[in-house]
Amino acid sequence: MSVRDVAEQAYREALPVLAISAVGGLFAGLVLGGMRADLRTVSGLLVLVPALLATRGNVYGAMGAKLSTALHQGLVEPKPVPDDRRVYTAVAAAMLNGVAISVFAAGVAYAVLVALARPTASLATLAAIALVAGILSGIALTIIVVAVVFAGYRRGLNPDTLVGPVVTTTGDVFGMAALLVAVRLVVSLGGG
Amino acid sequence: MQATWTVRGITRAMAPLLVVLAVVEVGSGLVLDTFGAQLLRYPSLLVLVPVMIGTAGNLGSILAARLSTAFHLGTLSFDPADDELAGNAVATVALAATVFPLVGAGAWLLAFLTGGSELFVGTVVAVALVSGLALAVIAIVVTLVSAYAAYRFELDPDDVVIPVVTNVCDVLGVVVLFLVVQVLV
Repeated sequence: MSVRDVAEQAYREALPVLAISAVGGLFAGLVLGGMRADLRTVSGLLVLVPALLATRGNVYGAMGAKLSTALHQGLVEPKPVPDDRRVYTAVAAAMLNGVAISVFAAGVAYAVLVALARPTASLATLAAIALVAGILSGIALTIIVVAVVFAGYRRGLNPDTLVGPVVTTTGDVFGMAALLVAVRLVVSLGGG
Repeated sequence: MQATWTVRGITRAMAPLLVVLAVVEVGSGLVLDTFGAQLLRYPSLLVLVPVMIGTAGNLGSILAARLSTAFHLGTLSFDPADDELAGNAVATVALAATVFPLVGAGAWLLAFLTGGSELFVGTVVAVALVSGLALAVIAIVVTLVSAYAAYRFELDPDDVVIPVVTNVCDVLGVVVLFLVVQVLV
């Protein structure tokens, strides 16, 4: 194939995926744009945003890849409601890691902000926001990723190519929505 | 490689990488915080943040996945004149040139509709396009370097290249956006 053929094929295959995830990203941006007041109230919240969005991709993307490999290997059966112990182990591990790494990121963000003498909310506030956001987005992502990987496999789609874009898009949308809920909840309970 | 199916095993395998990535992501959060005042003043830029990070990571991960597969199939050689390599690089730049102006216009429109657009639409589109093209070039370089490293160290490019490229593009998405905003806004 010539350079032009390769480029045209790659362009055509990637454009729909990029476009869909860009729409998801813009929705996440809309939520973030609506959080201007919260960002002013809770100093240091902006520092947490990339970590909270990116850990979703790493943790739940790995969970999706693991489940998709297990489906290919025939270790796990593609039932509408998964009943294999392996599925629940992978889900439990992802939830645990996802929530733990969110809280860890909050701790690192707080420590760095204090060290740089920049304004920051209390450690308890940032950690509580990361905890609530991690749990809420973890539940949403687990359900969606498992459902898409299993449904995709039953319909003969390769779950490997579905996992990445699905995790990025749902991670952006639900990650940001969960952050909004978490901030409002923690601030209303007296954090700040 | 035997996959582990215990919570402890999965956590042990993932934790070191997650900790490193979380620290790196907090670093990019600090960059965001540095131009926080500008982001809060111009909501169209704030709307742009997640979509720039996500799209840059996606561009990188798509390129990395395609080159990984070509590599596994034996159709890829590390030669600048290689058709597979050059074609995918051209496609990455073309994709960036298509998607990022739309992303910029979309961000401006959303900020406008929610009553907070203080910047001219052309400025936001220019910020998205210039950052996007810079990120496409970065994604190509990072993918090639990590794919070549995986090849030299005999690692499976699927395991190494995709996470490295996605995370590097995520982080540099913020840094590039910051630099471009300083110049253009």
